[in-house]
Amino acid sequence: MMNASTKDDMTVSDQQQISSEISSRQEQYEMDRAGGAQVHNRTTLNYPPYRSSLLRYPTKDLHHADPESIELLSPAFGHNDVAEIESDLTLQHTGEPVGERIVVSGRVLDGDGRPVRNQLVEVWQANAAGRYIHKRDQHPAPIDPNFTGTGRTITDDNGDYRFVTIKPGAYPWKNHTNAWRPAHIHFSLFGNAFTQRIITQMYFPGDPLFPLDPIYNSIIDHDARDRLVANYDHDLTSPEWALGYRWDIVLTGPQQTWFEAEGDDE
Amino acid sequence: MSLLPTPGQTVGPFFGYALPYEGSENLVPPHHPHAVRLTGAVYDGTGVPVPDALIEVWQADENGNIPTARGSLTRDRHVFTGFGRSATTRDGSYSFTTVEPGSINDTAPFFALVLFARGILDKLHSRIYLPQDRDALEHDPFLSVLPPQRRATLVANRQSDGSLHHDIHLQGDDETVFIDFS
Repeated sequence: MMNASTKDDMTVSDQQQISSEISSRQEQYEMDRAGGAQVHNRTTLNYPPYRSSLLRYPTKDLHHADPESIELLSPAFGHNDVAEIESDLTLQHTGEPVGERIVVSGRVLDGDGRPVRNQLVEVWQANAAGRYIHKRDQHPAPIDPNFTGTGRTITDDNGDYRFVTIKPGAYPWKNHTNAWRPAHIHFSLFGNAFTQRIITQMYFPGDPLFPLDPIYNSIIDHDARDRLVANYDHDLTSPEWALGYRWDIVLTGPQQTWFEAEGDDE
Repeated sequence: MSLLPTPGQTVGPFFGYALPYEGSENLVPPHHPHAVRLTGAVYDGTGVPVPDALIEVWQADENGNIPTARGSLTRDRHVFTGFGRSATTRDGSYSFTTVEPGSINDTAPFFALVLFARGILDKLHSRIYLPQDRDALEHDPFLSVLPPQRRATLVANRQSDGSLHHDIHLQGDDETVFIDFS
Protein backbone atom coordinates (compact mmCIF):
# COMPACT_ATOMS: atom_id res chain seq x y z
CA MET A 1 0.00 0.00 0.00
CA MET A 2 1.30 3.41 -0.90
CA ASN A 3 1.48 5.94 1.91
CA ALA A 4 1.79 9.70 1.81
CA SER A 5 5.58 9.87 1.69
CA THR A 6 5.99 7.41 -1.17
CA LYS A 7 3.33 9.31 -3.05
CA ASP A 8 5.22 12.58 -2.71
CA ASP A 9 8.38 10.94 -4.01
CA MET A 10 6.58 9.34 -6.88
CA THR A 11 7.13 10.73 -10.33
CA VAL A 12 4.11 11.05 -12.57
CA SER A 13 3.14 7.63 -13.92
CA ASP A 14 2.59 6.85 -17.56
CA GLN A 15 -0.37 5.01 -19.06
CA GLN A 16 1.52 1.72 -19.09
CA GLN A 17 2.04 1.89 -15.34
CA ILE A 18 -1.61 2.79 -14.67
CA SER A 19 -2.86 0.10 -17.07
CA SER A 20 -0.71 -2.50 -15.37
CA GLU A 21 -2.09 -1.48 -11.95
CA ILE A 22 -5.61 -1.70 -13.36
CA SER A 23 -5.03 -5.17 -14.84
CA SER A 24 -3.39 -6.62 -11.77
CA ARG A 25 -6.41 -5.62 -9.66
CA GLN A 26 -8.70 -7.01 -12.31
CA GLU A 27 -6.84 -10.33 -12.42
CA GLN A 28 -6.82 -10.61 -8.63
CA TYR A 29 -10.59 -10.03 -8.54
CA GLU A 30 -11.21 -12.67 -11.18
CA MET A 31 -9.07 -15.15 -9.28
CA ASP A 32 -10.94 -14.36 -6.09
CA ARG A 33 -14.24 -14.83 -7.89
CA ALA A 34 -13.11 -18.17 -9.30
CA GLY A 35 -12.26 -19.13 -5.72
CA GLY A 36 -15.82 -18.35 -4.65
CA ALA A 37 -15.49 -14.72 -3.49
CA GLN A 38 -18.55 -12.46 -3.64
CA VAL A 39 -19.35 -10.16 -6.55
CA HIS A 40 -18.31 -6.54 -5.93
CA ASN A 41 -21.33 -4.57 -7.02
CA ARG A 42 -19.98 -1.29 -5.69
CA THR A 43 -17.17 1.06 -6.49
CA THR A 44 -13.85 0.45 -4.73
CA LEU A 45 -12.94 3.41 -2.51
CA ASN A 46 -9.32 2.35 -2.09
CA TYR A 47 -8.18 2.30 -5.70
CA PRO A 48 -4.57 3.57 -6.05
CA PRO A 49 -4.57 3.83 -9.89
CA TYR A 50 -6.82 6.87 -9.28
CA ARG A 51 -4.04 8.91 -7.65
CA SER A 52 -6.29 11.55 -6.11
CA SER A 53 -7.85 8.85 -3.94
CA LEU A 54 -4.60 7.96 -2.11
CA LEU A 55 -5.04 10.47 0.69
CA ARG A 56 -8.81 10.60 0.53
CA TYR A 57 -10.18 7.08 0.83
CA PRO A 58 -11.29 5.90 4.31
CA THR A 59 -8.63 3.51 5.61
CA LYS A 60 -10.91 2.02 8.25
CA ASP A 61 -13.79 -0.28 7.36
CA LEU A 62 -17.09 1.47 6.91
CA HIS A 63 -19.14 0.92 10.04
CA HIS A 64 -22.37 -0.95 9.53
CA ALA A 65 -25.39 0.83 11.00
CA ASP A 66 -29.10 0.23 10.85
CA PRO A 67 -30.55 3.37 9.35
CA GLU A 68 -32.58 5.60 11.65
CA SER A 69 -35.98 6.80 10.51
CA ILE A 70 -34.63 10.06 9.04
CA GLU A 71 -32.26 8.07 6.82
CA LEU A 72 -35.10 5.84 5.59
CA LEU A 73 -36.75 8.88 4.03
CA SER A 74 -35.46 11.35 1.48
CA PRO A 75 -35.51 15.10 1.10
CA ALA A 76 -38.48 15.87 -1.13
CA PHE A 77 -38.29 17.78 -4.36
CA GLY A 78 -41.17 18.69 -6.62
CA HIS A 79 -41.97 20.12 -9.99
CA ASN A 80 -42.01 23.59 -8.44
CA ASP A 81 -38.32 23.19 -7.65
CA VAL A 82 -37.28 22.81 -11.27
CA ALA A 83 -38.44 24.57 -14.41
CA GLU A 84 -39.34 22.33 -17.35
CA ILE A 85 -36.74 24.00 -19.56
CA GLU A 86 -33.88 23.01 -17.24
CA SER A 87 -33.88 19.50 -18.74
CA ASP A 88 -32.87 20.87 -22.14
CA LEU A 89 -29.20 21.87 -22.04
CA THR A 90 -29.34 23.14 -25.62
CA LEU A 91 -31.81 25.96 -24.83
CA GLN A 92 -29.93 27.90 -22.17
CA HIS A 93 -28.42 30.51 -24.47
CA THR A 94 -29.48 32.52 -27.49
CA GLY A 95 -27.68 30.28 -29.99
CA GLU A 96 -27.44 26.55 -30.55
CA PRO A 97 -24.49 24.77 -28.93
CA VAL A 98 -21.95 23.07 -31.19
CA GLY A 99 -21.84 19.28 -31.26
CA GLU A 100 -23.89 16.15 -31.65
CA ARG A 101 -27.39 16.74 -30.21
CA ILE A 102 -28.57 13.78 -28.10
CA VAL A 103 -31.50 12.69 -25.96
CA VAL A 104 -30.62 10.85 -22.75
CA SER A 105 -33.56 9.17 -21.09
CA GLY A 106 -34.27 6.33 -18.71
CA ARG A 107 -36.06 5.15 -15.61
CA VAL A 108 -35.00 5.46 -11.99
CA LEU A 109 -35.96 2.41 -9.92
CA ASP A 110 -35.35 1.19 -6.40
CA GLY A 111 -33.86 -2.24 -5.68
CA ASP A 112 -37.33 -3.80 -5.70
CA GLY A 113 -38.06 -2.43 -9.16
CA ARG A 114 -40.43 0.31 -8.01
CA PRO A 115 -40.17 3.69 -9.73
CA VAL A 116 -38.46 6.51 -7.86
CA ARG A 117 -41.09 9.19 -8.44
CA ASN A 118 -40.89 12.96 -8.25
CA GLN A 119 -37.26 13.04 -7.29
CA LEU A 120 -34.45 15.32 -8.35
CA VAL A 121 -31.97 14.38 -11.08
CA GLU A 122 -29.09 16.80 -11.70
CA VAL A 123 -26.53 16.51 -14.52
CA TRP A 124 -23.39 18.35 -15.56
CA GLN A 125 -20.90 17.72 -18.32
CA ALA A 126 -18.16 19.02 -20.60
CA ASN A 127 -19.06 20.53 -23.98
CA ALA A 128 -18.52 18.80 -27.34
CA ALA A 129 -14.83 19.78 -27.26
CA GLY A 130 -14.27 18.28 -23.82
CA ARG A 131 -14.20 21.58 -21.93
CA TYR A 132 -16.10 22.41 -18.73
CA ILE A 133 -17.33 25.92 -18.05
CA HIS A 134 -15.81 25.56 -14.56
CA LYS A 135 -13.14 28.20 -13.99
CA ARG A 136 -10.57 25.64 -12.85
CA ASP A 137 -10.75 23.64 -16.09
CA GLN A 138 -7.55 24.59 -17.93
CA HIS A 139 -7.94 22.23 -20.89
CA PRO A 140 -7.04 24.33 -23.98
CA ALA A 141 -10.22 23.44 -25.86
CA PRO A 142 -12.80 26.05 -26.82
CA ILE A 143 -15.56 27.17 -24.49
CA ASP A 144 -18.90 27.09 -26.26
CA PRO A 145 -20.72 30.37 -25.52
CA ASN A 146 -24.00 28.53 -26.14
CA PHE A 147 -23.41 25.67 -23.75
CA THR A 148 -23.16 25.72 -19.95
CA GLY A 149 -23.55 21.99 -19.45
CA THR A 150 -25.82 21.80 -16.39
CA GLY A 151 -29.37 20.47 -16.23
CA ARG A 152 -32.03 19.37 -13.76
CA THR A 153 -35.28 17.50 -13.89
CA ILE A 154 -37.80 15.77 -11.62
CA THR A 155 -38.68 12.15 -12.37
CA ASP A 156 -42.29 11.56 -13.40
CA ASP A 157 -44.79 9.10 -11.93
CA ASN A 158 -43.09 6.21 -13.74
CA GLY A 159 -39.67 7.25 -12.46
CA ASP A 160 -38.72 8.39 -15.96
CA TYR A 161 -36.35 11.25 -16.72
CA ARG A 162 -35.31 12.83 -20.03
CA PHE A 163 -32.58 15.30 -20.96
CA VAL A 164 -31.71 16.91 -24.27
CA THR A 165 -28.05 17.83 -24.53
CA ILE A 166 -24.87 17.64 -26.61
CA LYS A 167 -22.62 14.60 -26.57
CA PRO A 168 -19.67 15.56 -24.35
CA GLY A 169 -16.11 15.18 -25.58
CA ALA A 170 -13.34 13.19 -23.92
CA TYR A 171 -10.86 15.37 -22.06
CA PRO A 172 -7.34 15.16 -20.64
CA TRP A 173 -6.58 15.20 -16.92
CA LYS A 174 -3.49 14.97 -14.74
CA ASN A 175 -3.79 11.56 -13.09
CA HIS A 176 -0.85 10.38 -15.20
CA THR A 177 0.89 11.37 -18.44
CA ASN A 178 -1.50 11.32 -21.40
CA ALA A 179 -4.51 10.53 -19.20
CA TRP A 180 -7.89 11.02 -20.89
CA ARG A 181 -11.35 10.55 -19.39
CA PRO A 182 -13.89 8.65 -21.49
CA ALA A 183 -16.80 10.93 -22.45
CA HIS A 184 -19.33 11.02 -19.61
CA ILE A 185 -22.22 12.90 -18.06
CA HIS A 186 -22.22 13.38 -14.29
CA PHE A 187 -25.50 12.37 -12.64
CA SER A 188 -26.69 13.23 -9.12
CA LEU A 189 -29.83 11.47 -7.85
CA PHE A 190 -32.04 11.28 -4.80
CA GLY A 191 -33.90 8.04 -4.15
CA ASN A 192 -36.77 7.19 -1.84
CA ALA A 193 -34.39 7.27 1.13
CA PHE A 194 -31.26 9.20 2.07
CA THR A 195 -29.43 5.83 2.09
CA GLN A 196 -29.99 5.75 -1.70
CA ARG A 197 -28.35 9.11 -2.45
CA ILE A 198 -25.92 8.71 -5.32
CA ILE A 199 -23.58 10.68 -7.55
CA THR A 200 -22.20 8.80 -10.53
CA GLN A 201 -21.21 9.11 -14.21
CA MET A 202 -22.94 7.84 -17.34
CA TYR A 203 -20.70 6.68 -20.18
CA PHE A 204 -21.29 6.10 -23.89
CA PRO A 205 -21.14 2.62 -25.47
CA GLY A 206 -17.95 1.40 -27.12
CA ASP A 207 -15.61 4.09 -25.81
CA PRO A 208 -12.00 3.09 -26.61
CA LEU A 209 -10.79 4.84 -23.44
CA PHE A 210 -12.63 2.43 -21.09
CA PRO A 211 -9.72 0.05 -20.40
CA LEU A 212 -7.36 2.98 -19.73
CA ASP A 213 -9.45 4.93 -17.22
CA PRO A 214 -8.86 4.38 -13.50
CA ILE A 215 -12.14 6.00 -12.43
CA TYR A 216 -14.29 3.75 -14.61
CA ASN A 217 -12.23 0.70 -13.61
CA SER A 218 -12.58 1.44 -9.89
CA ILE A 219 -15.74 -0.61 -10.31
CA ILE A 220 -13.87 -3.87 -10.37
CA ASP A 221 -16.69 -6.14 -11.56
CA HIS A 222 -17.25 -6.04 -15.31
CA ASP A 223 -21.04 -6.38 -15.14
CA ALA A 224 -21.28 -3.70 -12.45
CA ARG A 225 -19.10 -1.36 -14.54
CA ASP A 226 -21.30 -2.02 -17.55
CA ARG A 227 -24.28 -0.65 -15.64
CA LEU A 228 -22.82 2.85 -16.08
CA VAL A 229 -22.81 2.58 -19.87
CA ALA A 230 -25.88 3.86 -21.70
CA ASN A 231 -27.38 1.92 -24.62
CA TYR A 232 -27.89 3.49 -28.00
CA ASP A 233 -31.67 3.34 -28.53
CA HIS A 234 -32.96 3.98 -32.02
CA ASP A 235 -36.51 4.33 -30.67
CA LEU A 236 -35.33 7.34 -28.69
CA THR A 237 -33.64 8.82 -31.72
CA SER A 238 -35.64 11.61 -33.36
CA PRO A 239 -35.58 11.81 -37.17
CA GLU A 240 -33.58 14.73 -38.53
CA TRP A 241 -32.89 15.92 -34.99
CA ALA A 242 -31.08 13.91 -32.27
CA LEU A 243 -29.61 10.50 -31.39
CA GLY A 244 -31.10 8.70 -28.39
CA TYR A 245 -29.35 7.00 -25.48
CA ARG A 246 -31.17 5.04 -22.80
CA TRP A 247 -29.79 4.67 -19.30
CA ASP A 248 -31.76 3.16 -16.41
CA ILE A 249 -30.62 3.73 -12.86
CA VAL A 250 -31.17 1.53 -9.79
CA LEU A 251 -30.91 3.08 -6.33
CA THR A 252 -30.66 0.42 -3.65
CA GLY A 253 -30.43 0.99 0.09
CA PRO A 254 -32.92 0.51 2.90
CA GLN A 255 -36.04 2.66 2.82
CA GLN A 256 -39.24 3.08 4.76
CA THR A 257 -42.07 1.20 3.06
CA TRP A 258 -45.13 2.94 4.48
CA PHE A 259 -45.94 4.63 1.18
CA GLU A 260 -47.23 1.29 -0.16
CA ALA A 261 -49.82 1.09 2.61
CA GLU A 262 -51.14 4.47 1.49
CA GLY A 263 -52.11 3.00 -1.88
CA ASP A 264 -49.45 5.09 -3.57
CA ASP A 265 -47.96 2.13 -5.39
CA GLU A 266 -49.31 0.08 -8.28
CA MET B 1 -37.71 -8.56 -7.80
CA SER B 2 -34.27 -7.56 -6.71
CA LEU B 3 -32.24 -5.28 -8.97
CA LEU B 4 -28.51 -4.70 -8.79
CA PRO B 5 -27.39 -1.20 -7.81
CA THR B 6 -26.01 1.38 -10.21
CA PRO B 7 -22.50 1.99 -8.84
CA GLY B 8 -21.35 5.46 -7.79
CA GLN B 9 -18.45 7.45 -9.23
CA THR B 10 -16.48 10.41 -7.94
CA VAL B 11 -18.13 13.82 -8.11
CA GLY B 12 -14.89 15.01 -9.77
CA PRO B 13 -13.43 18.52 -9.57
CA PHE B 14 -15.93 20.48 -11.66
CA PHE B 15 -19.25 20.30 -9.78
CA GLY B 16 -18.99 23.83 -8.42
CA TYR B 17 -21.05 25.42 -11.18
CA ALA B 18 -23.62 22.61 -11.17
CA LEU B 19 -24.60 21.45 -7.70
CA PRO B 20 -24.45 24.33 -5.19
CA TYR B 21 -27.38 26.71 -5.67
CA GLU B 22 -28.47 29.99 -4.15
CA GLY B 23 -29.30 29.43 -0.51
CA SER B 24 -28.33 25.75 -0.60
CA GLU B 25 -26.44 26.06 2.71
CA ASN B 26 -29.24 27.94 4.48
CA LEU B 27 -31.86 25.49 5.76
CA VAL B 28 -33.37 28.45 7.61
CA PRO B 29 -32.79 32.17 7.03
CA PRO B 30 -29.93 33.54 9.20
CA HIS B 31 -32.39 35.74 11.14
CA HIS B 32 -34.52 32.75 12.18
CA PRO B 33 -34.92 33.00 16.00
CA HIS B 34 -33.36 29.56 16.56
CA ALA B 35 -30.83 29.63 13.74
CA VAL B 36 -27.55 27.89 14.53
CA ARG B 37 -24.40 27.75 12.43
CA LEU B 38 -22.93 24.32 11.70
CA THR B 39 -19.37 24.68 10.40
CA GLY B 40 -16.23 22.63 9.99
CA ALA B 41 -13.66 21.51 7.49
CA VAL B 42 -12.72 18.39 5.56
CA TYR B 43 -9.11 17.12 5.81
CA ASP B 44 -7.18 14.51 3.84
CA GLY B 45 -4.72 11.91 5.16
CA THR B 46 -1.93 14.45 5.71
CA GLY B 47 -4.21 16.99 7.37
CA VAL B 48 -4.43 19.15 4.26
CA PRO B 49 -7.84 20.81 3.77
CA VAL B 50 -9.97 19.38 0.95
CA PRO B 51 -11.16 22.36 -1.14
CA ASP B 52 -13.29 20.36 -3.56
CA ALA B 53 -15.73 18.46 -1.36
CA LEU B 54 -19.51 18.68 -1.25
CA ILE B 55 -21.42 18.07 1.97
CA GLU B 56 -25.14 17.50 2.28
CA VAL B 57 -27.18 17.35 5.48
CA TRP B 58 -30.70 15.99 5.95
CA GLN B 59 -32.38 16.44 9.28
CA ALA B 60 -35.53 16.59 11.40
CA ASP B 61 -36.93 19.92 12.50
CA GLU B 62 -36.55 21.25 16.05
CA ASN B 63 -39.42 19.08 17.26
CA GLY B 64 -38.09 15.86 15.79
CA ASN B 65 -40.50 15.85 12.88
CA ILE B 66 -39.14 14.60 9.59
CA PRO B 67 -39.87 17.18 6.87
CA THR B 68 -42.01 16.07 3.93
CA ALA B 69 -42.28 19.50 2.32
CA ARG B 70 -40.89 19.97 -1.16
CA GLY B 71 -39.01 23.08 -2.14
CA SER B 72 -35.37 22.60 -1.13
CA LEU B 73 -34.26 24.26 -4.37
CA THR B 74 -36.65 27.20 -4.31
CA ARG B 75 -36.02 27.89 -0.61
CA ASP B 76 -39.35 29.44 0.29
CA ARG B 77 -38.42 30.97 3.64
CA HIS B 78 -41.57 29.76 5.35
CA VAL B 79 -41.01 26.07 4.68
CA PHE B 80 -38.43 23.91 6.43
CA THR B 81 -37.38 21.10 4.06
CA GLY B 82 -34.52 19.70 6.17
CA PHE B 83 -32.01 19.53 3.31
CA GLY B 84 -28.84 21.54 2.84
CA ARG B 85 -25.81 21.45 0.56
CA SER B 86 -22.44 23.17 1.03
CA ALA B 87 -19.32 23.03 -1.14
CA THR B 88 -16.04 23.41 0.73
CA THR B 89 -14.03 26.57 0.18
CA ARG B 90 -10.32 26.93 -0.49
CA ASP B 91 -9.55 26.24 3.17
CA GLY B 92 -11.65 23.06 3.15
CA SER B 93 -14.45 24.57 5.22
CA TYR B 94 -18.18 24.15 4.90
CA SER B 95 -20.98 26.03 6.60
CA PHE B 96 -24.71 25.61 7.16
CA THR B 97 -27.30 27.81 8.82
CA THR B 98 -30.00 25.61 10.27
CA VAL B 99 -31.89 24.65 13.41
CA GLU B 100 -30.84 21.84 15.72
CA PRO B 101 -32.71 18.62 14.94
CA GLY B 102 -35.04 17.39 17.66
CA SER B 103 -34.97 13.83 18.91
CA ILE B 104 -36.91 11.28 16.85
CA ASN B 105 -38.43 8.47 18.96
CA ASP B 106 -36.17 9.41 21.91
CA THR B 107 -32.96 8.61 20.00
CA ALA B 108 -29.92 10.88 20.17
CA PRO B 109 -30.52 13.67 17.63
CA PHE B 110 -28.18 14.02 14.65
CA PHE B 111 -27.74 15.51 11.21
CA ALA B 112 -27.57 12.77 8.54
CA LEU B 113 -24.62 13.56 6.30
CA VAL B 114 -23.36 12.52 2.91
CA LEU B 115 -19.97 13.56 1.57
CA PHE B 116 -18.62 13.69 -1.97
CA ALA B 117 -15.24 14.95 -3.23
CA ARG B 118 -12.73 14.71 -6.00
CA GLY B 119 -10.60 11.73 -4.98
CA ILE B 120 -13.48 9.97 -3.21
CA LEU B 121 -14.76 7.34 -5.61
CA ASP B 122 -18.21 6.88 -4.07
CA LYS B 123 -20.44 8.72 -1.62
CA LEU B 124 -19.64 8.50 2.09
CA HIS B 125 -22.40 8.51 4.69
CA SER B 126 -21.85 9.74 8.23
CA ARG B 127 -23.72 11.52 11.03
CA ILE B 128 -23.19 14.63 13.13
CA TYR B 129 -24.66 14.18 16.60
CA LEU B 130 -25.58 17.11 18.84
CA PRO B 131 -23.25 17.30 21.85
CA GLN B 132 -25.56 18.42 24.65
CA ASP B 133 -27.56 15.34 25.64
CA ARG B 134 -24.73 13.22 27.01
CA ASP B 135 -27.09 10.65 28.40
CA ALA B 136 -28.71 10.05 25.02
CA LEU B 137 -25.27 9.81 23.37
CA GLU B 138 -24.10 7.36 26.05
CA HIS B 139 -27.05 5.05 25.46
CA ASP B 140 -27.36 5.38 21.71
CA PRO B 141 -27.25 1.84 20.26
CA PHE B 142 -25.04 2.89 17.33
CA LEU B 143 -22.59 5.15 19.21
CA SER B 144 -22.25 2.95 22.27
CA VAL B 145 -20.65 0.08 20.34
CA LEU B 146 -17.86 2.36 19.08
CA PRO B 147 -14.60 2.91 20.99
CA PRO B 148 -14.62 6.40 22.61
CA GLN B 149 -12.10 7.88 20.17
CA ARG B 150 -14.12 6.73 17.18
CA ARG B 151 -17.37 7.89 18.77
CA ALA B 152 -15.93 11.39 19.20
CA THR B 153 -15.57 11.73 15.42
CA LEU B 154 -19.37 11.76 15.12
CA VAL B 155 -20.22 14.37 17.75
CA ALA B 156 -20.16 18.12 17.07
CA ASN B 157 -18.40 20.57 19.39
CA ARG B 158 -20.27 23.53 20.86
CA GLN B 159 -18.36 26.78 20.32
CA SER B 160 -18.44 29.70 22.74
CA ASP B 161 -20.63 31.67 20.31
CA GLY B 162 -23.23 28.88 20.42
CA SER B 163 -22.46 27.49 16.98
CA LEU B 164 -21.67 23.85 16.23
CA HIS B 165 -18.28 22.81 14.84
CA HIS B 166 -17.55 19.47 13.21
CA ASP B 167 -14.45 18.52 11.25
CA ILE B 168 -14.31 15.53 8.92
CA HIS B 169 -11.06 13.58 8.61
CA LEU B 170 -10.85 11.19 5.67
CA GLN B 171 -7.87 9.29 7.10
CA GLY B 172 -5.56 9.23 10.12
CA ASP B 173 -5.95 8.91 13.89
CA ASP B 174 -9.06 11.05 13.86
CA GLU B 175 -10.58 9.36 10.81
CA THR B 176 -14.30 10.02 10.82
CA VAL B 177 -16.60 7.03 11.14
CA PHE B 178 -18.29 6.45 7.79
CA ILE B 179 -21.41 4.35 7.64
CA ASP B 180 -22.51 1.45 5.47
CA PHE B 181 -26.27 0.90 5.47
CA SER B 182 -26.38 -2.11 3.15
